[in-house]
Parts: sequence; C-alpha cells; structure tokens
Amino acid sequence: MDEIDKQLLNIAQTDFPIARRPYKLLGERLGIGEQEALRRVRRLLRSGVIRRIGPSFDSKKLGYVSTLVAAKVPEDRLDEVAAIVGSYPEVTHNYARDHEYNLWFTLICESEHRLRDVLDEIELRTGVAEMHSLPAEQTFKLKVDFELR
Amino acid sequence: MCEEPFAEAARAAGVAIDELIRQIEHWKNDGTIRRFGAVLAHRSAGFRVNAMGVWNVPEARVEEFGRAASECPQVSHCYRRPPFEGFRFNVYTMIHGASREQCEQAARIISERTGITDYTLLYTTREFKKSSPAYFSKPD
Repeated sequence: MDEIDKQLLNIAQTDFPIARRPYKLLGERLGIGEQEALRRVRRLLRSGVIRRIGPSFDSKKLGYVSTLVAAKVPEDRLDEVAAIVGSYPEVTHNYARDHEYNLWFTLICESEHRLRDVLDEIELRTGVAEMHSLPAEQTFKLKVDFELR
Repeated sequence: MCEEPFAEAARAAGVAIDELIRQIEHWKNDGTIRRFGAVLAHRSAGFRVNAMGVWNVPEARVEEFGRAASECPQVSHCYRRPPFEGFRFNVYTMIHGASREQCEQAARIISERTGITDYTLLYTTREFKKSSPAYFSKPD
C-alpha cells in the first residue's frame, strides 16, 4: 500500500462521492485519473483490504432489533454449535472467545418477535441452555472507520 | 465494480439515478445511513487482534465511563449491556490492536483514566462468521 492507497482509503471510508461517476471525483481528489482510481479500488477489494463499499445503515432507524448473545458451550461441541448458530442469516458475527462463556454472537432481526424465535430455535437445536441475550441499553461509540497514516 | 455504480444500482432498484442519489443523501442527512463508503477489514489497518473488554462500572458512573472509554482510538464500539448471573460486567468495549499487548495497554489506560479496575479482556480465538446485515431480504 502506497501513500495514494492510504489517502484513497481514508476518503473512500468517510467521504465516498455519491455521484454518477464517483471514481472520477475520487481520482480528482487524489490527483489521479478515473481509471487509476478504479484500478486501485479493484485491487484493494481483491486483496481483502476493503470488505465492501456501500451504506452502513442505522439498524434501529430501519426498525430492526439487535442483541449480543453469550453462550457457554462444551469445548468439544464448539464447532458443531457454531455451525448451527452461523447458519442463520440474522447472525452477523459469531466468535469464539477465551472465557467460560466461549461463544459470542450478534443477532439482528426485523422484529423483537423474530429475534425471540431465532434464539429459541438456536437453544432448541443446540441444546445449549446457558445462553444470555444482552441487548445494548446505551450506545456510547460506534465507529468502524480507521484513519490510515 | 464499474465507472457508474449508482447507475447500476438504480437500474436494479428500478428508479432513476438522480432519485437514488437524492435518497441516499437524504438518508445520510437523517442518520438512516450512518456512513456510506468503503468498509475495511480490521487487519488492513494493522489491527490483527480483537479483544472484547468487559467492565464492571457502578451505575452512577456508567455515563462518564462510557464517554471516557470512547475517547480511546482503539475502541470501535462501546455499549452498556445488562449484567447477568455469574457475569457482573455492564459496559462492553471492542478493542483493536496489533497485538495482545496493545489491547492490554489500551485497557490499562482506560482503567487508569477512569479508576475502574474490575475488568477483563475476552480475546477472539476463532472467527466463525463476520458478515453485514441483509435488511428487508426475504428468503425464497
């Protein structure tokens, strides 16, 4: 990654041009042409530096509800339980962590009702009884862009 | 990936491109869209390690603690969540660093600044799934 890549990523994260020819505008800000800007973005997507380009919605404003779930899973069943949990499209993050509560996943659903249903179903299908839903009661920070220097 | 991604999206949605652009700007302004742009993999920013810091903060100090922890640049998310039986922690901070030492150092700084010393870091040992939510998609 060179300096132009870093600048490009900083602009593309926070100030991506919403216009007919965004890469032309992006290029102008970087002093490079449209094709050069596109080529760089394609490369950064291919190499996995950029996961995606698009909107990050405020799920609450769309009427969605979300929660974080802590589960205590027997170590020898972790893979199997994680696979069941991950099979739900409503589960967006699913991580093993080094704690007695060893599986943590986030769930985002269109309604409280659906969220309850998914959780009940996961409990039923996995047989894991030690599962706690911990919805955020207050958000202090949500910042997922990084400044590259 | 093309020169005119919004034109392509507008066609897919069956609306005019000007209308789509106006709608996106409107949603950005009213906060429905928090951010529009590139989402980076954490590791590309040099953050290879991810620790979920959980903190036991007295009720009266949660606000102040949440604000102080949020000032730490290595914290991406900070939420108040309910404690539960056997797990007394009520504030969560997602901490990103190049190493465990960096995460520990960030937590130590937060602890020193706030005087909250009852905390623990839960490190990610495996990432089974990481995806973006799909809104309003109906299963076939």
